[in-house]
Amino acid sequence: MFSPEIVTAAVLNGLLTGAVYALVSVALTLVYGVLHIINFAHGATLTAAMFAAYVAWQAGIDPLVAVIGLAPLFFVLGYAVQRWIIGPASHGEDRNILLVTLGLSIVIENVLLATFRSDTRSIDVPYGFSSVDLGFVFLPMPRVIAFGITCVVALLLWILLARTDAGKAIRAVAKDKLGAALVGIDVPHVYAVTFGLGAACLAVAACVLLPSYFVNPRVGNAYVLVAFTVVVLGGMGSVPGAVIGGLFIGIVESLSGLYFGESLGQLGIFLIFILVLLVRPTGLFGARA
Amino acid sequence: MSRSGPVAAYGPILAVALLLAMLPVATSANTILNSMVMALLIALAGQGWNILGGYGGQFSFGHAVFFGTGAYVTALLQARFGVNAYVAFAAGIAAGAMVGTILGYLSFRSGLRGSYFALVTLAFAEVFRILANATAFTGGAAGTLVKLDVRPENFQFSSRAVFFWIALGLVTAVMLGVRFMERSRFGAWLVAVRENEDAARALGVDTLKVKIQAITLSAGVTAAAGGFYVQYFLFIDANLAYGTWISIEALLVPIVGGLGTVFGPLIGAVALHGLAEATKAIAGRIPGIDLALYGSLLVLAIAFAPNGLQGLMAKIGRGLSFGRAP
Repeated sequence: MFSPEIVTAAVLNGLLTGAVYALVSVALTLVYGVLHIINFAHGATLTAAMFAAYVAWQAGIDPLVAVIGLAPLFFVLGYAVQRWIIGPASHGEDRNILLVTLGLSIVIENVLLATFRSDTRSIDVPYGFSSVDLGFVFLPMPRVIAFGITCVVALLLWILLARTDAGKAIRAVAKDKLGAALVGIDVPHVYAVTFGLGAACLAVAACVLLPSYFVNPRVGNAYVLVAFTVVVLGGMGSVPGAVIGGLFIGIVESLSGLYFGESLGQLGIFLIFILVLLVRPTGLFGARA
Repeated sequence: MSRSGPVAAYGPILAVALLLAMLPVATSANTILNSMVMALLIALAGQGWNILGGYGGQFSFGHAVFFGTGAYVTALLQARFGVNAYVAFAAGIAAGAMVGTILGYLSFRSGLRGSYFALVTLAFAEVFRILANATAFTGGAAGTLVKLDVRPENFQFSSRAVFFWIALGLVTAVMLGVRFMERSRFGAWLVAVRENEDAARALGVDTLKVKIQAITLSAGVTAAAGGFYVQYFLFIDANLAYGTWISIEALLVPIVGGLGTVFGPLIGAVALHGLAEATKAIAGRIPGIDLALYGSLLVLAIAFAPNGLQGLMAKIGRGLSFGRAP
């Protein structure tokens, strides 16, 4: 057994990792909830955003500053890709959307591979090794910042969805796209906006990840599998579910890493995933099957 | 499809197989044969996926779990217990099919459909990958080697042509089996499940049983591809066996070639491998360019041939005979 201090530290660390999972998952669940598709290009988009942050850092801009420019940039890119590539190319059929996003992820990953080669890179920010002392545990500064930013983004997203007209339109399309079209909502536009929001969330996630993590052309995929788990756990399409699910999964990973060893750390995640799918496929916060 | 005579049903499959069997006679270039063996291997894995996904409408994102189980059982029985290669290969298929039955029982009994089913298969593949990567018995991250001992009784051949014929034989046998299934009562039930599961159940089809049988068959076929992979390369590790690459290849080829058709996976595999080789030849030395081109062409292909290559061919055929789209 481990002492309570170590377990507490593991839980807090898991919570910080979980914040990034939450951010990646919110983007995935948002797109799934509205477009009802599983976006295979999610991981590649995250990787692309991390490389964008990396390039910005090479130009002397800290990722936490770069996020101000990258988030809108990825919103525009996401909007354009959905509106002019995924939408027209998939003819509205689910299996074609799946293939188009798969094709896009192959393109993105390999363009990155051709440009940056397969080297794993990391950046060295001044606050990279500083930590926050809570008296009984030290928490790494980059992850504390990531946690804070995730909370802000989740709050902003919630305000957008719950309090604005754009949010109302997104929710309407998610509920019933035919009905939404009948009352005059431009459905392809809403799809593209949602996709753009997802991409912007990924850009934020990339910027907070980079100072404490590494980047190579395949790095995003590791996050996507975890994000699927979180999305199912929280109920597909539920934004609060994704946030809470992400934090929870972060803690599970940290604790199972502590008890089963680091290489089996992710095993706990997938076992929970399978269990939830088999027992309660609508997720903990999902309303309908 | 309508019930035609056995010649019309099985003849084309045998004709295509005979035609392909001539390839090693026409060329002895190892690169071409190697590429064709890989295409046939993917066609086999994809045909497995096609039984469940194409005919049964249950999209799996994790067929690697069957491929990998077939591969690991084939490899481990030989490397650890000295079992004969053919017996190990058969055991690999059986083990893969069994994993399919269990996975199918667990997920279909809880009523998982659509994206949920897709994700649970993905998660199973991931669990198997992590376990195979971390256990000493499977060789951990270093993987498992099968001892090189090139003798026909070891399922090892010095000539690639022999491997090609074996792969072609497996693909042909499975295609004949799928055609048989298509014409059987079971095949009709399976298609009924795909078209409308509730209606099928209302008409008295035991949909749970049909789906479990379908995933068992599907898993066995894909596991055969895994076992063959091991005999061909004599090596397996967790990322090859249970990685997402094979899950994606297995679903890509039938969708590209023609979902729920006997020839779909083979057409898709040959077309995609041809495309990959062509882009590799065009792109030259820089890593990634070929696959980036491949991905772009994939997107374009879906944009202009949304019903797969067979759909495209049918459309062109109709266009030629009627001069207009229907």
